[in-house]
Formats: sequence, C-alpha cells, structure tokens
Amino acid sequence: MQKKLQVEAIQHGSVIDHIPAQQGVKILKFFKFTQTNEKITIGLNLPTHNGKSKDLIKVENTFISDAQANQLALFAPNATINQIKDFKVVNKFQVQLPSSFIGVLSCPNSNCISHNEPVKTQFYVNNNSELKLKCHYCEKSFSRSFFNELD
Amino acid sequence: MNNPLYQKNIISIADLSRTDLELILQTALSLKESPQPELLKNKVIASCFFEASTRTRLSFETAVQRLGGSVIGFDSGGNTSLAQKGETLADSVKVIASYADAFFMRHPQEGAARLASEFSDVPVINGGDGANQHPTQTLLDLFTIYETQDTLDNLNIAFVGDLKYGRTVHSLAQALSLFNCNFYFIAPDALAMPDYILEELNDKGINYSVHKSIEEVIDSLDVLYMTRVQKERFDETEYQHIKSAFLLNAQMLENVRENLKVLHPLPRVDEIHKNVDDTPYAYYFQQAQNGVYARQALLALLLTNQFKTKA
Repeated sequence: MQKKLQVEAIQHGSVIDHIPAQQGVKILKFFKFTQTNEKITIGLNLPTHNGKSKDLIKVENTFISDAQANQLALFAPNATINQIKDFKVVNKFQVQLPSSFIGVLSCPNSNCISHNEPVKTQFYVNNNSELKLKCHYCEKSFSRSFFNELD
Repeated sequence: MNNPLYQKNIISIADLSRTDLELILQTALSLKESPQPELLKNKVIASCFFEASTRTRLSFETAVQRLGGSVIGFDSGGNTSLAQKGETLADSVKVIASYADAFFMRHPQEGAARLASEFSDVPVINGGDGANQHPTQTLLDLFTIYETQDTLDNLNIAFVGDLKYGRTVHSLAQALSLFNCNFYFIAPDALAMPDYILEELNDKGINYSVHKSIEEVIDSLDVLYMTRVQKERFDETEYQHIKSAFLLNAQMLENVRENLKVLHPLPRVDEIHKNVDDTPYAYYFQQAQNGVYARQALLALLLTNQFKTKA
C-alpha cells in the first residue's frame, strides 16, 4: 500500500499554500496565528512536484482578508490562499504585492525619522528587476532581506 | 492664473514636475531682476535649524527679509527646549505651524521634513534632512544653470569629485534628467556615482558616461559641477594622485566653450585652484548668491496664490 502524507482537511477556514520553505513559522508569528484558539495545521518542508520544498498553513474558522493577503506577499510572493467552506474550496486566489506597505515593516535606515516619531512606517514597492521597498520618509530603497517586521 | 505650488510643501526634488521647476526658475529670475520688498509684508516665517547650517540658514533668512517678511526661529536644535525636554518633532511642528505662515527646517535625521509636513497646516520647506534631500540647493543649482545657459535642455554637464556621498549631485542629476542633458561622471573609483542613481538614469534613457579625468571632457562642456573630495577618505599618496585628476586650475580652461560655467556647492577646499576665480568661467560665488533668489521664489510661490512677476 502506498504511504500517503496525512494532512487533515479543514471544514471552514483558510489554507495558505506555496509558502517558500522556512517562511511558514514567520507567517504564523507575524499574523499572530499562534495566539488564537482555532485549530491550526502546519506543514514544513513539504516536497513539491519540482523537487523543492514548501511550507503550508491551514487555519480553521479564519478567513484571510485582502489586506492580510497583500502582507503575506512580503514572505511568500507566490502563495495561494484557498478559502474553505464545508470542506469545499469556495475561493482560491494568489497573493499580490500591493503598491505600498503601511505599518508592517521597520525602516532598515537607523537614522530614519520614523523610528522616533508617532507615525506608521510606509514603504513603496518597486518590483522592476528585484523586489525593493522605498521608505516614504527617508526615501531610501532596500531589498526585502534588509527589513525586520514591526512587533 | 493660480499657481500650482501655492500652500504646497517642498520636501524632495522628486516631488516637483518639470512645469513646477520651470515656474520656480522663472520666478527666481523675475525676483532677481525686479525685487519685491513688500511681497511677504505681515508674514511670519519660522527658521527651524535642528542642526546648524550657517550658509543655508543665512540664505533663507535673507530671502524672507528681502521679501519684507519677518523671521522667527532657532539656529541649533541642541539649544532649544524642544530637544532638551524630549518633545517629539511632530509636537514641535504643530506648535511652530500655529505661529508662522510657513517654515523651513534642517534636521539631522532623514525623513524629518516629510514627517513635519504631515503635522503642519502651513507649508514646510526642507532645508536638508540628514543625508537625504536638500531640494533648495538643487533649485539654486538649476537656477544658476538656467541663468547662465538660457536653457536646461540638452546641456553637457560634468559632475566631478565625491559622487558617492554627495546628495547635491544626486539630486541635481535627478532633476536634470527631466531636461535630456548629457552627463559625464568623473570621480575616484571609491567615490563613484552609486548604482541606484545610474539605474534611475538608465530607466529614463539618459545619456551618461564615466571618465578618469576632467581633461577628457572639459572642452565639450556647458557646465562643470565640482564637488569637494574629502582628504580624510584617502591616504596621502592616494590623495596626491586624486588631486591631479580631479582638481581644476585655470590652465585647464584654455580651450573650453565660451559659455562654460564652473559651479560648486561650496565650501571648496583645494579642488578649484584660486586662479580659476578670475576667469570668466567661475560662477560659484554667484551660484551661492542665487540661493537667495531661488528661496525667495519658493516663498513667493508657496505664500502668494496669484503671484505676478513684475517683468
């Protein structure tokens, strides 16, 4: 008998698929999924068809909003979100990079005024050749890897 | 006709369109030719220097007074109760904006002017925010080029010296890229123009080339924009080599175009020999003086909806 990977189906909720390996735990933390009482199934380093690996998150009774889906693009630009009702996929979409991120990231420039003042950070997305984010305040652009998420 | 800059903030050169820039330059020219000493009568302008800068502050304050306005303010953040009592910049700005009709500010942190504009009900002019922007320097540079060349289009412009750290050259190159100029970049390898500026120029289809010495291109230039190479960035032998390639003296100007102007944001140290000062090409001191007209033009446009030139 063929051995099959058992990842339990969910009745209502969201499945975030095609998360790059190593990003799943960051997403759990960022969206504070670890602080809910809902049932969560996570798969880390799952094999894919092309021989790479991916992470996957299933959250019961939680539907990812458009704004959350956009923020997800910071961690997993090719992720898909499946919304499940009564064990059926009722909606499936791919996350999209928004034109800007507000209040999500901290500016990598330590001399940026946004660190000291009562304002939300804002970064404009430039996805020409490589993803870069430009600070609304200090106007500096950085690659995604330079950023830390705000607490 | 209403002017599009009325009650606007001047934070970053990238916020200004070609039309905005042309309006500012025309206004500066008009105010230089026909002073308007009562234009800002009864207006109070705050001069807020959270970081000291003698030249920029004096230029701004002269501009206000030449237009008949009054100046309030401070010349160094450390001496103010704002800094000493730990007030946020946002709160300071709300208070200052309630006293004045506009304010200009310099601040040691990048993004300070943008942030201030979000908490101010009156126009904010950025007089320098950390290593980020210094738009009025760019405007006075553009005004000087426009005044001496009669156009900003299709000029051959060389930038020499510290092109890596000099925000002045970055902003000027960005602004001039709206006018289809040819750029020549001449800098020691360690101080070359940063890649992100070159990428921007590539994206806009701007012609530029990189050269080893001023003499390679000097005879075909309309504008030679010199900047200071900081001696402390190099050891003595290296600096002597750099000195010969990136410093300007009068002998190098023998075969240049008649309309060539040598500019420099000042202060200069030894990148322009004193013997250049007496040539018809030296224009850096007039350039500094033009800062007053460029800043007058901004104040006039931000505070007067239907500004009319007298010319």
